[in-house]
Amino acid sequence: MCETCGCADPHTVPVELYDRILSVNETQAAHNREHFRGQGILAINLMGSPGSGKTAILEATARALAGRWPVAAIAGDLETERDAERLRAAGIPARAITTGNACHLDAAMVHHALHHDSLRHARVLFVENVGNLVCPAVYDLGQAFNAVALAVTEGEDKPLKYPVMFRKADVVLVTKVDLLPYLDFRLDVLTEALQQVMPRPVVFPVSARSGEGLDRWYRWIEERQRDLPAPATAPVPHRHGA
Amino acid sequence: MHEYSIALALMERINAEASARGAIAVHRVRVRIGGLSGIEPELLRSAFEIVRERTICWTADLEIDEIPAAWACSACSQPIAPGGVLRCPACGEPAHLSAGDEIVLDRLEMEVP
Repeated sequence: MCETCGCADPHTVPVELYDRILSVNETQAAHNREHFRGQGILAINLMGSPGSGKTAILEATARALAGRWPVAAIAGDLETERDAERLRAAGIPARAITTGNACHLDAAMVHHALHHDSLRHARVLFVENVGNLVCPAVYDLGQAFNAVALAVTEGEDKPLKYPVMFRKADVVLVTKVDLLPYLDFRLDVLTEALQQVMPRPVVFPVSARSGEGLDRWYRWIEERQRDLPAPATAPVPHRHGA
Repeated sequence: MHEYSIALALMERINAEASARGAIAVHRVRVRIGGLSGIEPELLRSAFEIVRERTICWTADLEIDEIPAAWACSACSQPIAPGGVLRCPACGEPAHLSAGDEIVLDRLEMEVP
């Protein structure tokens, strides 16, 4: 008799697995991480709603870090190369990943883009994820850090509505703060909300338009890049799975 | 809706397990989904019903154990109530998520000839 449910079927076998369902993505993400470490690349996964100002922040960052660190970007969107074009115009190599209908990037898509020549010499690599406050948080890409852009026009309660995303954030960029005089948005209310979903909130209020607050963001990036172990002198050989 | 890609990943994992054991049907699938995993159990259920069509799982029951999010102090392990500041009231250290980010396939019941 079946030991599980007492049915008379002798052939029903229970199998205990305790397997992470996204293990294939996690293996690929670990591979990407190995790749980044081996080449001394600081990889930052930038997430946020559509229109939160992710590309504008990266344009400003690309210009500010020019000459200090080789910066590159991978930009994910459902359609078009527009973000990658904007980032190339800001002076950095950028590859577009068009996901079609997929609402997030996954580690395999990033891996595919990584092997493009133009990204090989980066020391800071931004992965601009698909604009979405839900799905991208679920998929590890192999990044060292997650940054989340939240525009002041989105309201202070977004962290409480989208706790999964903000829990995963290492840093939150509160964007478009040049608009604050025209809005009822309160930074202290946002900070309170973030403290309820992020154990270690790091918050930079910034404006890509006025440049306000961006120095702290640049310093944060540079400190993280300096803290990386020294890159190998030759590319570290790494295996590519099937 | 990323639950669809989660359901596809789940089916892949089940198929691999079923073919490794020569199973002819899967009767029951039990998964564990955390409250802060980013997966909506009901959407996962609908997605699973779509992807299991014409597969070894076509009659399988999907059981979802929903695990509520729980926080604890990263230093003294004292539980920290959600809904407030995620810092230990006793020692001031930041909290860590002690449960609630699971996306796990726990168990299968398969029919093996």
